[in-house]
Amino acid sequence: MPDDPSNPLIRARGLTKRFGEFTAVDSIDFDVAVGESFGFLGPNGAGKTSTMRMIGCTSPITGGTLEVMGMNPAVHGPQIRARLGVVPQQDTLDSELTVRENLAIYGRYFGLSRAEVGRRADELLEFAQLTERANDQVEPLSGGMKRRLTIARSLINEPTLLLLDEPTTGLDPQARHLLWDRLYRLKQRGVTLVLTTHYMDEAEQLCDRLVVMDKAKIVAEGSPRELIERYSTREVTELRFAPGIVETLDGRLDGIAQRVEHLPDRILLYADDGEAAAVAVNQRGLKPETVLVRRSSLEDVFLRLTGRSLIE
Amino acid sequence: MITLRVTPAFALGSRRSARLIERNLYVYKHGWMVILSGFFEPLFYLLGIGFGLGALIGTIAGPGGEPISYQLFVAPALLASSAMNGAITESTFNFFFKLNYNKTFTSILATPLSPGDIALGELGWALIRGGLYALGFMGVMVALGLVVSPWVILAVPAALLLGFAFGAVGMAATSFMKTWQDFDLIQLVVLPMFLFSGTFYPLDAYPDALRVIVQLTPLYQGVDLIRSLTVGAISPILLFHVAYLAVMGIVGLAITSRRLDKLLLK
Repeated sequence: MPDDPSNPLIRARGLTKRFGEFTAVDSIDFDVAVGESFGFLGPNGAGKTSTMRMIGCTSPITGGTLEVMGMNPAVHGPQIRARLGVVPQQDTLDSELTVRENLAIYGRYFGLSRAEVGRRADELLEFAQLTERANDQVEPLSGGMKRRLTIARSLINEPTLLLLDEPTTGLDPQARHLLWDRLYRLKQRGVTLVLTTHYMDEAEQLCDRLVVMDKAKIVAEGSPRELIERYSTREVTELRFAPGIVETLDGRLDGIAQRVEHLPDRILLYADDGEAAAVAVNQRGLKPETVLVRRSSLEDVFLRLTGRSLIE
Repeated sequence: MITLRVTPAFALGSRRSARLIERNLYVYKHGWMVILSGFFEPLFYLLGIGFGLGALIGTIAGPGGEPISYQLFVAPALLASSAMNGAITESTFNFFFKLNYNKTFTSILATPLSPGDIALGELGWALIRGGLYALGFMGVMVALGLVVSPWVILAVPAALLLGFAFGAVGMAATSFMKTWQDFDLIQLVVLPMFLFSGTFYPLDAYPDALRVIVQLTPLYQGVDLIRSLTVGAISPILLFHVAYLAVMGIVGLAITSRRLDKLLLK
C-alpha cells in the first residue's frame, strides 16, 4: 500500500550510485516517514545531490533498492514525479518566459487544466512574495527572488514530497530567513521535506531528523539534538592565539576539556561547562587573544565524525 | 553491473509532449516577429531566381518530362528547401541552446515528462512552424498563378514530412554537438544539398554516377516529391520518397530520445 502512513515515504537499502569508476553514493540505508522533515548534511561531494536525483527519478540507481511512495523509480518514474516537487541546486528557471509563465507552464507539464494552473500560479506568487514581478522576465530577478520562484514552481502540483537541494546556498541572511519561514509553513501543512545542506544552522532550523554524509557514506543519523548529545559536549570554548603561540602549547591544554580539537585558525575545547574551561585556561597562564564560549552545533558533530570542517 | 533505465529504451514520447508545444507558444508570444523571417526567405528566392533568372531560361523539362515554366520548376523546390531550413534551424541552434544553456529540459524532466516527450514535443513545434511557412508559400504560389494540378494540395503535408525527417535528424546530430563551432558541420551538409539537389536545375546536368548520389540525398526526395505533386506527375517513385523520409524521421527521433536519456538522466 503506497499511501499507508505507517510505511515510509522513501525507503533506501544499499542504495548505490556509480559514475564509471567513481562511487558517488556507497550503499546507504535510510527511511523518510510521511510528514517528516529530513536532511542530508555533508560537505560538497559527499553524495547528497546524487542521492536527491535518484529520489527525484532523474538518475537511475546503480545498486541496492529504492522505493519512493511505495513505487520503484525505474518503473514508475512519471507517476512518482507527478507527486514530487523538486528544487534543484542550480535554478533551472525558463529564461525565455516571464515569472508567471514559468509557474503556469510548469503546472501544464503536470497535466493541470489552464484554469487550475492560473489559480495556483496567483496563489504561489503571493506565497513567494513575487506578485508585483509576475509579468517580468526571470533574468533580472535577484538570487533570493529566483530561489523563491523555483520553490513556488516546485509547489505547483501540490506535491506530497518536496526535494530541496541546497535551498539557501548563495543567499544573503535576510533572503535565507524568508525562505526558511516559507518552508516551515509547508511543513506545517503536512508536506514531507527532504533537503540537503552544508549549513548547520539550516539543518538545525528545518530538520526533524538528519543523516550526516561523508565520502559517499552515511556516518551518523538522528535528530540535531541527539547528534549533538551523542557526538559532542554541551558547550565549546574557542581559543584564538597570536601567531606562533600554538606551536609552543605542547600539552598545556591537556585535561581542561573532554576533547581538544586543533583547527588551522583556532583551538576548540569540548566541555560541558565552557566557562569553567575558559577559567582553567587562564589559570594555567595561557593568554589567548580571544575566548568564545558557545553551545555545541552540528558543525562540531561533523568535525568529530570526520575530522574535518563542513565548509572548507 | 545492473543498469536500470528510468524510461523504456524506445519511448518515442507520449501525449504529454504537447506541453512542449505549448511552452514554445508562450515563448513566441513575446517574439512572434522572428517567425515571419522564415516566410520571406523562400519568397525572396522565388522572386529573385524564379522570376529574375526564369525570364532568361523560359521553359524547362518537368518531372514527367513535359516542358514547364522555370517558375513552376523552382517554386516547389524552394518550398522543400524552406521546410528543410526551418526544421534545421529549430532542431539545431534552438535545440542546442535549450539543451545546454537554458536548462529548460532539466527542469522539465523533474515533471512527469520523459526525454521521449521532449524530443517529440520539440519536433512537433518545429513542424507547426514549418507548416505555417508551407501554407504561406502555397498562398503565394496561388497568387502568382503557379498552381496547375489539384495534387498540389498534398504538397503541404509533404513539406511537413520533409520537416519531420530533417528536424528529427537535426536533433539527433545536435545531441552529439559539444560547441557552437560544431554547427559549421551542419552548414557544410545543408548548403550543398540546397544548391545541388535538383533545386535550381534538372538532374540531367549531372553525369550518371553523380546523379545517383544526388538522387539518394534526403532533400532530393522532398524536392522531387513536392515538385511532382505540384505539377501532378504522379508515379510509384513518390511512395519511395515518402517511405525514405518517414524512416529517416523515425530513426532520428529514436536516436534523439536515446541520447537525451543518456545526457539528461545521468
